[in-house]
Amino acid sequence: MEIGYYPGCALHGSSNDYERSVRACLNALGVNLRELDDWICCGATAAHSLNQKLAVALPARSLGIAERDGYDDLLAPCPMCSMELLKAKMLISGDAALRKEMSEVVELPVEGRTSVLNLIQVFQRIGYDKVKEAAKVSLSGYKPACYYGCLLTRPPEVLRFDDCEQPSSMETLLASLGAAPVEWNYKTECCGAGMTMCNEDTVLNLSHKILSNAARHGANCVVVACPMCHVNLDMKQADVERRYGVQHGMMIYYLSDLVGLALGLDEEALGINRHYVSKR
Amino acid sequence: MQKSPSMVDVIEELAHTRVHDCYQCGKCSAGCPMADHMDVIPSQIMRLVQMERLDKAMKAESIWLCVSCQTCSTRCPKSVNVAGVIDALRQLSVEQNVASPAQQRTVVFQKAFLSNIRRNGRLKELELVGLFKVGAFVKDPSIAFLFKDSLLAPKMIARGKFHPIGESVNDRDVVRRIFDRCMSSSGKNDKG
Repeated sequence: MEIGYYPGCALHGSSNDYERSVRACLNALGVNLRELDDWICCGATAAHSLNQKLAVALPARSLGIAERDGYDDLLAPCPMCSMELLKAKMLISGDAALRKEMSEVVELPVEGRTSVLNLIQVFQRIGYDKVKEAAKVSLSGYKPACYYGCLLTRPPEVLRFDDCEQPSSMETLLASLGAAPVEWNYKTECCGAGMTMCNEDTVLNLSHKILSNAARHGANCVVVACPMCHVNLDMKQADVERRYGVQHGMMIYYLSDLVGLALGLDEEALGINRHYVSKR
Repeated sequence: MQKSPSMVDVIEELAHTRVHDCYQCGKCSAGCPMADHMDVIPSQIMRLVQMERLDKAMKAESIWLCVSCQTCSTRCPKSVNVAGVIDALRQLSVEQNVASPAQQRTVVFQKAFLSNIRRNGRLKELELVGLFKVGAFVKDPSIAFLFKDSLLAPKMIARGKFHPIGESVNDRDVVRRIFDRCMSSSGKNDKG
C-alpha cells in the first residue's frame, strides 16, 4: 500500500525521531510513504493567531499540490498539520467563492478533495486485525496512558475522528497487541502545545498535571501521536520534575514506537533511544 | 471608551461564527485549561465582544495565554467558535498594535515563526530561536531568558534532533506571493 505523506516541519526538524518511528513501523506493515513534493508549512498557531486568510492559504497550497499530483490520501502524523489541512479542506470544499479565491492565492486549483489522515487512521486503514496478525512480540507489561491531546479530536466538526471527549482508538489498537491501557482523566487535556519556548510556565504546569494523572492511574508509560505532546512530556519532563520537586520518570512513546516494538523492531530502528526520558 | 460596531462584524467573519449566540453559560471557561491564569476568561471575552468592547478584549492578556486547544469551541452548547473569536482578537490586536504588553514574548514568538515561514516556506528551528530570542530581548531585556534554552542544544545534538541549517522549499517565491496576497487584504500595519 502506498500513502501520500505530509511530514510537516516538526518531523523534519527536532521531532525527526517521530518520522523515523512512523517510517520504520509503517514500512514493516508494507506501507510505503510517498512524500508530497515541495510541501509548505501549515502555518500552525502563528498563522491562525495573526492572519486568518493565511491560515487557510498555507495548507491550501499543500492541498493543491496533492490534488495536482494525484494523491487520494495524505498522512500528516502531526495533529497540528492535519487539523490545519482538514480545516482548510472543509472551508474550501464548502464555499465556491473561497475555492476560487484560494486557487488564485496559492496559484494552483484546489477543491479540497484529498483525504487527510492522522497516524491512528492509517493503522485503521491497514486494519487493526492485520496489524495484530503481523505482530511478533506481545506488549504485555506495557500499561500505557493513551494521550490524545487537543488536535487529534478537536474541533470535532473538522476532525470527525473518534469521540472528542472519550476517544478510545489508541487503546483498542494497543490492547489488541497485548498492552493494558489504563483508564485516566487527562486523555484530551492540552499539554501547552507550541508554547514550549515562549510560555514555559504553562507547558510545565499542564504537562505536570498530565504526567501526574497518568501515574496515579497506574500507567507505566504515556503514548502520544503528536510531536508537540512528545516534546512537552518527554524533553521537558526533567524541567517539570525540577519545577515541581517530583520524580515522574515516565517513558513517553509515540504510538508507532509501541506498534513497532510489537512488530519486532528494535528501539534504535524506531528512534526510541533518542528520547530524553529513558528506562531506569 | 470607543464603540466600533463594525468590528464585531469583522470578528464574526474572521471566526466564522455568531457572537450573539453566546448566552453566557460559562462552559467555555469551565473547561479552559488556562482559565486559572487569565485576566479575562473566555466567557468574559465573549461578553466584551457582544458589548462591542473590543478595545478591552484586544488588550487582554488572556488571548495570548490561550493555548488554542479548542476545548471551549468544542463544548459550547451554542456552537460558538470561541477559540476562533480569540484568534480574530489576536489578529486585530497585532494589526492595531494594542496587544498586551505583558504578553509580548508570545506575540514576538508568533511573529518570528510566521516571518520564518515567509522566508523559507518551512520552519528553520535555529533561525526561529535566534529571531525570537533577539525579538523578546528587545521588548524585555533579560539575559537569563536570552540563554535559557541554550543548555538544550547539546542534548538535542547528541540525539540527532538538531538540524543546524534546516530546510527550505524549492519554490520560495510562491510562498512569498501567498503571504503578500493574504497580508495585503487584511490589516494595514501587518508586516508579518
